[in-house]
Amino acid sequence: MPFIESVDHLTEYRRRVRAARDPQQLQVLVCGGPGCLPLGSEELAAAFAAEMEARGIAGKVLLKTTGCHGLCSHGVRVLIRPQEISYQKVTVEDVPEIVETTLLSGGVVERLVYHHPESQAPCPHKMDIPFYQTQNPLVLRKLDVIDPESLDDYLALGGYRTLRKILFQMTPEQVIEAVEKSGLRGRGGGGFPTGRKWRLCREAQAQPKFVICNGDEGDPGAFMDRAVMEGDPHAVIEGMIVGGYAIGAMRGYIYVRHEYPLAVKRLQKAIDQAREFGLLGTNILRSNFSFDIQISQGAGAFVCGEETALIASIEGKIGEPNPRPPYPVQAGLFGLPTVINNVETWANVPEIINMGPEWFAAMGTDKSKGTKIFSLVGAVNNTGLVEVPMGTSLRQIIFGMGGGIAHNREFKAVQTGGPSGGCIPPQYLDLPVDYDSLQQVGSIMGSGGMIVMDNHDCMVDVARYFISFLMEESCGKCTPCREGLKQLITILNEITTGKGEAHHVDLMEDICQTMATASLCGLGQSAANPVRSTLKYFREEYERHIRDKKCPAKVCRQLLIYTIDPNECTSCLACVRECPVGAISGPKKEPQVIDQDICVKCGLCVDACQFDAVKVE
Amino acid sequence: MGEVSFYINDLYTSAPVGTTLLEAVRSMDIEIPTLCHHPDLKSEGQCRLCLVEIGDWPQTRLVNSCTYPVEKGLKVQTHSENVLQARRLVLELLLARAPKAEIIQKLAAEHGISQSRFTSEDPEELCILCGLCVRTCRDIVGVSAIGMINRTPAKMVSTPFKEPSEVCIGCGSCAFVCPTGVITYTEKNGIRSIWGRDFELVACETCGSYIAPRASLEYWAKQTGDPVERYYICRNCR
Ligand SMILES: Cc1cc2nc3c(=O)[nH]c(=O)nc-3n(C[C@H](O)[C@H](O)[C@H](O)COP(=O)(O)O)c2cc1C
Ligand code: SF4
Ligand code: FES
Repeated sequence: MPFIESVDHLTEYRRRVRAARDPQQLQVLVCGGPGCLPLGSEELAAAFAAEMEARGIAGKVLLKTTGCHGLCSHGVRVLIRPQEISYQKVTVEDVPEIVETTLLSGGVVERLVYHHPESQAPCPHKMDIPFYQTQNPLVLRKLDVIDPESLDDYLALGGYRTLRKILFQMTPEQVIEAVEKSGLRGRGGGGFPTGRKWRLCREAQAQPKFVICNGDEGDPGAFMDRAVMEGDPHAVIEGMIVGGYAIGAMRGYIYVRHEYPLAVKRLQKAIDQAREFGLLGTNILRSNFSFDIQISQGAGAFVCGEETALIASIEGKIGEPNPRPPYPVQAGLFGLPTVINNVETWANVPEIINMGPEWFAAMGTDKSKGTKIFSLVGAVNNTGLVEVPMGTSLRQIIFGMGGGIAHNREFKAVQTGGPSGGCIPPQYLDLPVDYDSLQQVGSIMGSGGMIVMDNHDCMVDVARYFISFLMEESCGKCTPCREGLKQLITILNEITTGKGEAHHVDLMEDICQTMATASLCGLGQSAANPVRSTLKYFREEYERHIRDKKCPAKVCRQLLIYTIDPNECTSCLACVRECPVGAISGPKKEPQVIDQDICVKCGLCVDACQFDAVKVE
Repeated sequence: MGEVSFYINDLYTSAPVGTTLLEAVRSMDIEIPTLCHHPDLKSEGQCRLCLVEIGDWPQTRLVNSCTYPVEKGLKVQTHSENVLQARRLVLELLLARAPKAEIIQKLAAEHGISQSRFTSEDPEELCILCGLCVRTCRDIVGVSAIGMINRTPAKMVSTPFKEPSEVCIGCGSCAFVCPTGVITYTEKNGIRSIWGRDFELVACETCGSYIAPRASLEYWAKQTGDPVERYYICRNCR
């Protein structure tokens, strides 16, 4: 790799890379994203390489393993360019047919393409698939086409173009103005205006200053930041260079959790490439701006994603939050002014500089601009990553891109914003999703988690599940969060096991109120959301548990009654053998009976019975 | 450094830049309860009793006054309904955690709480995790023999790996600063036992009464550079 001497040299190099590429080049792009990788992306790519070699086309077809293609529930995904044929659930066995039919003969293997859920029509091309049609990917747009380990791939698509603009045509002040004007707000949770954060840091007196990329991503089930770090690492680095220039920092840190070794590897490789190229280091492209980045790995606690805890963790201290003020922009890393932004926030920056703030601000709602990536999981047909303009409705995301509720069940709620988000009921399906609207209905944007629930989910149990997660993750430093979560879980455990009492609801409301207003950090302040929102929208369900000792969704086992229908029982005694406590008995060759006093409600008899004779109420 | 003017309970007042709201409020003889604050230690905002309400209605919020610095024009309420409600609930939670801690019983009673509505997991628990001991050992003694281990719900003060600490000097500062008396030590036959270790106590060369553990005296001598013998005479006899 050459060392890039100047900004003209960079342009010249980019031109050469582009010239050497044929837009009509046949490409096989195997998804190596977080969803597909464990399904065997690597083996699949190897199978393609071997088969293409055997058929003598290895030299003609470009094979790449890329970042996440988005529609993870239908992985491993393979994209064939330039036709943009999109295959799903591809296995090693499918490879010879794809090579024969598509690569050699230009046809489509119909059994491997998505079929429209209503018309059943095949959707061979990526843009025929409703999941992709309605998205507007800015941050994710390169993920399914570039090799994340190739700087040339990134440069060919215009990467590091911002450097000419910021280093030689814009003052730091103008960069900040552009980001302010774009209306970009933090994608990591709080939604704080990014430009304003940068300005506050630039105005802080102390030196040196730092920029940090928050790649902790502790929300279980969320993987948008991971997908970006693994799939387009240079975009994060480029964003951080812009931020460093704007605030006057010479050093950046990327904080990545231990559990993301591939993200660490890709980022490190990208940093090394950028250094070797002279895009990081002293006097970048002969400007008088010097900047370098290092990776810091975290133990992966959820609370370490909170900015003050993250800073403590980089400093080598216990990753516990500290009261603000001082805010990181005043006294952050090592007590010095620090801008900390989320992965997705950083990855948005280069295009804002390239395309201009007006372009960015034209997307989204009044107060939330641009797009947002959501990690759509749970009871929908299509799960994966979606990127949509702010203001897209929940209905469009869940029923459009998500393809509706799986198993033809009924939509019950969607939890947004990670474990401490609220559960939003069906009456708000048409809510345009942005920071403020989600807050108004008692939830949060968080970093973009979206968990869809159906009528088989019990909302009391859902609240119990998230509170138990949050309790385990709470650092325990401050009283309301630590003790409040412990009390909440005690009460929720009682309600879900039939020991709920009428006054429990009031107790929980009191705890929630104080946790929200009096906790030290955002974890405690938002941890009440799952309880508050379910109490608000699904109170009837709580009352059924407390008053009638019933779980309408049949999830809370202790509230269920197992009986054997004498008309359907064949006296096979399968259940009798399975029951761990000997609760089932009866005369030989006659219907068996469950003794309710002995039954521990384990549900094993239901699975044991081949005749559906065990009834659950 | 300059002065900043602001309002406390609608009274216009001022304080030097960098003063905390707690200091400013207390200097006006307004009482705010605290548990994790100590004037000689840096506050970290654990207990949440010192809450005050700041801002202009309806855009107000609660903050802990022990770390929040005075700001120009800031409006501060120390006993608003929101503050009192939160403070009462925090006390109720603490009372459930440490029902026998006298200081909690007293503060709760002062706030009209005789009994907590919440479940006590361990009726004998006294530790409220205010962190005063840990900070004293780290910032004043300077040895960091104890720290917080685990997170909620198992968080506790402990020596590393719950083993006797090698760096502990047996000075007992942690026990001294503890507001609930959960940290204790025993002294018998010239031996002080604390945190699972026994420390030989040095008797005053003049009057014969015990001064402190030898490890402490040696540590202080090293810190000050004075000969250790100077420490073998108690303060009264010096
Ligand atoms: C408990 C907790 C966990 C958080 N986890 C993350 C995280 O994993 N990633 C992240 O970017 N921000 C996280 N945040 C938000 C950060 O504190 C901070 O606001 C954010 O990194 C700022 O970047 P932004 O302005 O670009 O969003 C978390 C906040 C809290 C309270
Ligand atoms: S709110 Fe929870 S996570 Fe945050 S400091 Fe308090 S105990 Fe720790
Ligand atoms: S005294 Fe301020 S939080 Fe404890």
